[in-house]
Amino acid sequence: MMKNNKESKFLRWLNGEDLLIDTKNEEPPVYDPEAANPYQYETEAHTLRKVDKAERRVFSRVYLALSVLLVLFLSAVLLLTVSNLPRYGSAEAPVNNEVSERYIEEGLEETGATNLVAGMILDYRAFDTLGESHVLFTGICAVMILLLTARKDSKKQLRHQDEEALYDVTCDPIVRIMAFFLMPCLLLFGIYVLLNGHLSPGGGFSGGAILGAAFILYSMAFGFEKTERFLNEKTIKVISCCSLGFYVVAKSYSFFTGANHLPSIISPGTPGAILSAGIIMPLNVAVGMVVACTMYSIFSFFKRGTV
Amino acid sequence: MLGENLMINYEEAVGMILFSIGFCMLLFHRNLIKKIMGLNIMDTGVFLFLTSMGYIEDRVAPIVTDPSVAATTEQYINPIPSGLVLTGIVVSVSFTGLMLGLTIRLYQRYRTLNLDEIYYKAREEHK
Repeated sequence: MMKNNKESKFLRWLNGEDLLIDTKNEEPPVYDPEAANPYQYETEAHTLRKVDKAERRVFSRVYLALSVLLVLFLSAVLLLTVSNLPRYGSAEAPVNNEVSERYIEEGLEETGATNLVAGMILDYRAFDTLGESHVLFTGICAVMILLLTARKDSKKQLRHQDEEALYDVTCDPIVRIMAFFLMPCLLLFGIYVLLNGHLSPGGGFSGGAILGAAFILYSMAFGFEKTERFLNEKTIKVISCCSLGFYVVAKSYSFFTGANHLPSIISPGTPGAILSAGIIMPLNVAVGMVVACTMYSIFSFFKRGTV
Repeated sequence: MLGENLMINYEEAVGMILFSIGFCMLLFHRNLIKKIMGLNIMDTGVFLFLTSMGYIEDRVAPIVTDPSVAATTEQYINPIPSGLVLTGIVVSVSFTGLMLGLTIRLYQRYRTLNLDEIYYKAREEHK
């Protein structure tokens, strides 16, 4: 019964109809424009009354009509374009040009990676992948800026017992026991995918996502105090910055030697061996570290407002 | 105008339909969380479109199983769209995180996820 209440309450909150925080026992809301946050306890009905209803109705009708037209027009254009594309799976399509030919035919010899996609994204197009890692890094920086200032502004707004209890599964025996058995498998699989990125499907991004998911599961099942022993704000900063720095330095070296036709200490090695493909494996590990830290810290920021 | 490949290109067509569904969610839902879900569905449509562009019949994923034999183009599908999809997924994850962060801030400020409510409350405030 209790569970049902909470679930329906969460669903109503998702629909924007209800607040997660129980306001029944508190003082009736007083509208105070001088306060720092005058709308804190204002209900939806209160605002709706103040809004000019006629204006709202006209606007929503025009908006609806325009949206329907726009969606119909857009999907018609897209489907027409699809109907004029070259046949699905045909080798003569203009996408399959000399660039992909070159990647396939020379990729194994030049990069030493049997996974040609890994060879492509971490060798020929490594600059692109560096940009991707920085997109992730910038994303977590932006979330940090948004939510760390939020914590300073309104400390008790997020920290409410009702809200906490709704998502708290640390005392759930099923989650705990399953996490206990899943954690080693997840970590091992994540490390395997990371280290075999140049030989088999996978690589830095997928392996890092698996590791990040493992850390998230660990913190959900056993609480953030346990995760903080090895993943706190400081270690996350150090790991992310060191990984990105290593990526930049390693790739600068290979770009510099390659562009100037200098001899390089990086050799493709024997394709298929675990220690091969030059610096692709370390780069995969670096990217994976950034991804795992980003995943975990985004979750942690959303769950409790800090790392 | 209507080409003859609409039924043959069903994967691309499904990708575009997913894109349209996401776009509908973006336009018709007033809830910010649902708008973010719509954006993610749009992303999924684009990824499906890109991966199906790279597929070539009777060819396998570009992972060399026997390194002693030189790889030829006739064996493997186009690896470039796979790399592009990877970029797309990373960008999608980052912006989902960023948007959820912004939504949390808006919720803390206005105590609602409804975009109209937020708009009217913000307008009231600046009167």
